[in-house]
Amino acid sequence: MSTPAYASLSDYPIERIRSDFPALGQEVHGKPLVYLDNAASAQKPNQVIDTLGDFYRHDFSNIHRSVHTLGERATARYESARETVRRFLGAQVVEEIVFVRGTTEAINLVAQAYARPLLEEGDEILITAMEHHSNIVPWQMVCQQTGARLKVAPINERGELLIESFEQLLSPRTRLVAVVHMSNALGTLNPVEDIIRMAHARNIPVLLDGAQAVPHVPVDVQALDCDFYAFSGHKLYGPTGIGVLYGKRELLERMPPWQGGGEMIRQVTFEKTEYNELPYKFEAGTPAIAEAVGLGAAIEYIEALGWELIQAHEHSVLDYATRQALEIPGLRIIGTAGHKGAILSFTLERIHPHDIGTFLDHYGVAVRAGHHCAMPVMDVFQVPATARASFGIYNSHEEVDQLIHAIKEIIKVFG
Amino acid sequence: MLDELRDLYQEVVFDHNRNPRNFRVIEDADRTIEGFNPLCGDRITLYLKLDGERISDVAFQGQGCAISTASASLMTEIVKDKTIAEAEKLFEAFHKIVTGQDDDLKLEELGKLAVLAGVRQYPSRIKCATLAWHSLEAALQGEQQSISTE
Repeated sequence: MSTPAYASLSDYPIERIRSDFPALGQEVHGKPLVYLDNAASAQKPNQVIDTLGDFYRHDFSNIHRSVHTLGERATARYESARETVRRFLGAQVVEEIVFVRGTTEAINLVAQAYARPLLEEGDEILITAMEHHSNIVPWQMVCQQTGARLKVAPINERGELLIESFEQLLSPRTRLVAVVHMSNALGTLNPVEDIIRMAHARNIPVLLDGAQAVPHVPVDVQALDCDFYAFSGHKLYGPTGIGVLYGKRELLERMPPWQGGGEMIRQVTFEKTEYNELPYKFEAGTPAIAEAVGLGAAIEYIEALGWELIQAHEHSVLDYATRQALEIPGLRIIGTAGHKGAILSFTLERIHPHDIGTFLDHYGVAVRAGHHCAMPVMDVFQVPATARASFGIYNSHEEVDQLIHAIKEIIKVFG
Repeated sequence: MLDELRDLYQEVVFDHNRNPRNFRVIEDADRTIEGFNPLCGDRITLYLKLDGERISDVAFQGQGCAISTASASLMTEIVKDKTIAEAEKLFEAFHKIVTGQDDDLKLEELGKLAVLAGVRQYPSRIKCATLAWHSLEAALQGEQQSISTE
């Protein structure tokens, strides 16, 4: 983070932002809620909640084939949300924006519709040791189906990708690279520009799992030149059940449909079906219409705040939390990459993360305790689990104080 | 400590977490079983030594939270020298206690077994308390493979 970004911190409208999120105003176990489980899912602002409510009250209908007024309104709002996503990701055309249920479905779509038809026995898919299970298992499945092999690039003790090892693992048999943009268990922001450059030098396409990155850093898919980018709405202060797969048009064009059904067809006879054009080819069945509209509202909320302020604030909160955490005896931070997003994963000596989670909850502090669907990462650090505090746009420095206070209390009790 | 947490984290729990009893390997065990809770990564290896129908020795190894460690430790104390049939009954009683279906049980008669009754207020933690007992049940049934709480 550059210094000028810090200078604008005093402009950060934390109180106004917090008042936009009604869930934050409540008490848990008699204590003000400190919600630090944003990496699992973020709370929603009134702007999103009201958009969903208003849409259902006034404009809801099924989309695309309705000739009536509500059908046209709903279609216009759904497609307008797609345009909002296109702008948000810096994609060239809306045909490259496919609505899916979430990051997991997006990755499975690429595994089954892009990788599976292409893979032959002995081909390779390259991932990293810090992937979420959702960027491991879909590739294991497609490897099983095709006889391809899954290769894993190692990470160091700080939780950073060993980029030289990664480059060495790019082989003539590598057909796809699938890498997390920001690690959910460690907070590491990967050097995705380098990764893409190295892979593209060998004509290997790259998928980025952006589930964690999208709420914290601006993404420009054209500047990155990534081939696929996947993210979920619910971690971006939007609804659950809606996510996005960005794919380069020429790749999506070549891919067969993933699921069959309504909307993805142009013409159906019992002899032959002609598929619809992009992106509808990949949107079989009635989609999550209201959720897509709600995602559009969430993106507009983020854009109105602006990345410069968001990044400066979150960096400041993470920095503040990290500095205090380091002073607590017996606290070990898991994930100390030089380039990190707003995640503080930690363990305490002799106190299991699940006990930490239950205790913190009684102090009003919501964190995640477990393996964070990243068991291979836990293996690297030789811990069964961690406690993870993950921060968002509405978390304050005072909330960090409450977290730190509660951690110190737990240590006292456990002795 | 916050009073409401005392229901779950009683002094007995802290004691057994800090100094788990029968925390060792039984080299010549008659039954050995691995228990695993994939939700939280807790692992236990349970060793049983049988003398006919009687559990002559029981011990465990593993890695888990205070609730699962204390539960395993308490369990080994309670079932040692019990018959298989008695241990089965205790398993059933424990399950009722932690899931709050113990209307027909007299907690005071169950002694230390009731220490973990507070876990019923924490649905996400019940499996921590039951991992050791499910492992025991599987071992008594003669299972040789690892078991999972899921």
